[in-house]
Amino acid sequence: MLAESLALSAALFAIGVVGVLTRRNAIIVFMCVELMLNAVNLSFVALSKLYGATGQVFVIFVMTVAAAEAAVGLAIIIAIFRHKQTVNLQNINLLRG
Amino acid sequence: MSNQFYPLFYSFHFYLFGLMALASSLMFVTRKSPVAAAMWLVATMFALAALYIMLDAQFVGVMQVLVYAGAIMVVFLFVVMLLNLGSPADLNDMRGKWGRLLAGFVGLALVAELMALTKSPLDLRLVLPAATDVPPTGGVIASIAAPMFKEYLLAFELTSVLLLAAIMGAVVLAKKTDAR
Repeated sequence: MLAESLALSAALFAIGVVGVLTRRNAIIVFMCVELMLNAVNLSFVALSKLYGATGQVFVIFVMTVAAAEAAVGLAIIIAIFRHKQTVNLQNINLLRG
Repeated sequence: MSNQFYPLFYSFHFYLFGLMALASSLMFVTRKSPVAAAMWLVATMFALAALYIMLDAQFVGVMQVLVYAGAIMVVFLFVVMLLNLGSPADLNDMRGKWGRLLAGFVGLALVAELMALTKSPLDLRLVLPAATDVPPTGGVIASIAAPMFKEYLLAFELTSVLLLAAIMGAVVLAKKTDAR
């Protein structure tokens, strides 16, 4: 089942990339990033069946980083929403020259 | 769970949960409402948790349900409802026709690249290793805990600093400031 798992992982990662590129809602873009992290976790778990449990240790580290990223990212989104009253990425253009 | 006793039963459920993950992630990226999208992402994560358990990673499967589906997605839904993003003006967030075409092209190119690399005649071909299954030694959690608290102890301790920094950063960023 290794080849199927890696193919599913690639497909989920590509769906996440397409979501990041097509959506303008900052929260949905963040959720697409979480989907990409999940795809990577799936290939870690599938390969850990061959190489021992070290891959699962990395999955737990990835989950920790994802939780930290979600907390900080959503706090940033709340701060931006207070400032601009929107989470649409097209209206968040402070860095545009 | 192993595939040596009921191979047909195992592969049927493996493909079932794989298709569920794929279908709900496709629904997730195409929903307009953030709440519906979050619900489909939760469905994707449950299907992935089932796949983890079928791949002999029971602890990771449980953590997937508890941490991802249970905690991280609740934070997302909390922010969606806190910011009250349900109004129709906010819902139309798809990029234009060219943006969607470009994104679809990039996604197809990513998948095609990975599939082509497995069949490439060059030296950089992706080869799936022909190793045999490593039998878990000393139980489900002990086999994860041993490398985590021996080889990766420093990384484990540094994660606690990372989490502390993230907590403080989230509180500082989301705090109401009356300075202006």
